[in-house]
Amino acid sequence: MSGFAALVARDLRLVWRRPGDVAVVLAFFVVATTLFPLGIGPEANVLARIAAGVLWCAALFAALLSLDRLFAADFEDGTLDLLLLAPWPLELAALAKCCAHWIVTGLPLAALAPLLGVAFGLESSVLLALSATLLVGTPTLSLIGGLAAALTLGARKSGALLALLALPLCVPTLIFGAGAVEALASGGDFGAHFAVLAALALVALATTPWAIAAALRQAGE
Amino acid sequence: MADLHFLANPARFRRFSQRVVPSLSGATALMLAVGLYLALLQSPPDYQQGDTVRIMFVHVPSAWLAMAGYALLAGLGASLLIWRHPLAALMARAAAPVGAGFCAVCLLTGSLWGRPMWGAYWVWDARLTSMLLLFFLYLGHIALSRAYDEPERGDRAAAILALIGVINLPIIKFSVDWWNTLHQPASVVRLGGPSIHPSILVPLLWMAVTLFLLFVLLVLLRTDTEIDRRRLENAEQQA
Repeated sequence: MSGFAALVARDLRLVWRRPGDVAVVLAFFVVATTLFPLGIGPEANVLARIAAGVLWCAALFAALLSLDRLFAADFEDGTLDLLLLAPWPLELAALAKCCAHWIVTGLPLAALAPLLGVAFGLESSVLLALSATLLVGTPTLSLIGGLAAALTLGARKSGALLALLALPLCVPTLIFGAGAVEALASGGDFGAHFAVLAALALVALATTPWAIAAALRQAGE
Repeated sequence: MADLHFLANPARFRRFSQRVVPSLSGATALMLAVGLYLALLQSPPDYQQGDTVRIMFVHVPSAWLAMAGYALLAGLGASLLIWRHPLAALMARAAAPVGAGFCAVCLLTGSLWGRPMWGAYWVWDARLTSMLLLFFLYLGHIALSRAYDEPERGDRAAAILALIGVINLPIIKFSVDWWNTLHQPASVVRLGGPSIHPSILVPLLWMAVTLFLLFVLLVLLRTDTEIDRRRLENAEQQA
């Protein structure tokens, strides 16, 4: 477990030394979100109606944007080879990388989303729900995105391919994340959607580390 | 399983497919001729849907084959990762575009049926969306398996993707139940067992068997081609 913590701390330290990389992702999230009111028009009831979907989609794209470097840097400088040789499970290393990715993207996205939600005219209870769904849903995006990043390691045109692989797999999370917020806003069953969202995160947590490790192993061969 | 392992050797598979393909193509052509007669001429028009019901004879089997094709990809992926069967990778390469083709046929015929029946080519119904996602999963598999300079690397990456994607299949399937508040669940085309009259059911099942044979035939032929292509690539590398 100390190896897990060390790897997470290392990734966070790397990000800390170049905070611009995270700032770009968050700036993308803000800019992409603000395009929608400009494109659709500023009617308050329309904006409040689409806010959950727009913020969720923008968060999904922002999370994907930062993923193509998740394993690529380690692959190029040989860190990945050392992780493959290390006498502890590669699955844990994969989980640690995704965990670090979530801390630097999912967490700030969940914190930032309510601010943007205010601009869309959401009520305070809905803002809280939005943040909660992103908090529970973004780990799934990091895990699935990590898998796509590991699968496309060393491929031609890996960026576009990564999106093509990850987006269909992220659709259930998107549906139930945005659906939960929508349900709360329209008086539906928030709990049911939220429970499914959490279940999706647990399924991703239980399956993707093995798949990521398998993908990394054959990348290292 | 022993029989499948028997076919894992490409040379042995080649002999098997060369023995099977002529009779299989004959059978498929014959079945298709009879099936088209049953579906287009012999079966009565539906009392509500009129002649558009005939679209279903292609649409429903295509949907089944699209899903079965992805399950096949997952099975081949497991067989490649577990036993390292070289043929599994080649067959997955061959089968993915065929499955994607049936998925596209299903989506296109469905939307042609939807225009007169629902009044729209496309609705964001759970069943339609899940089929579209399956199509995207196919595209991802095809793109990933061809994205590497070393084909073996692409084969194994695509195999992992197929295994993960197949976990997503039941999630997509069950979203029909979770998501049915938006659109008319009753109009989703489904086999209610005896709720379909035999005059419609018989041509439907006949076409299902026919298209299944067509699927097998196409996969066998394309696998043969993939074996040749891989041999050619290896020969070029060694030369």
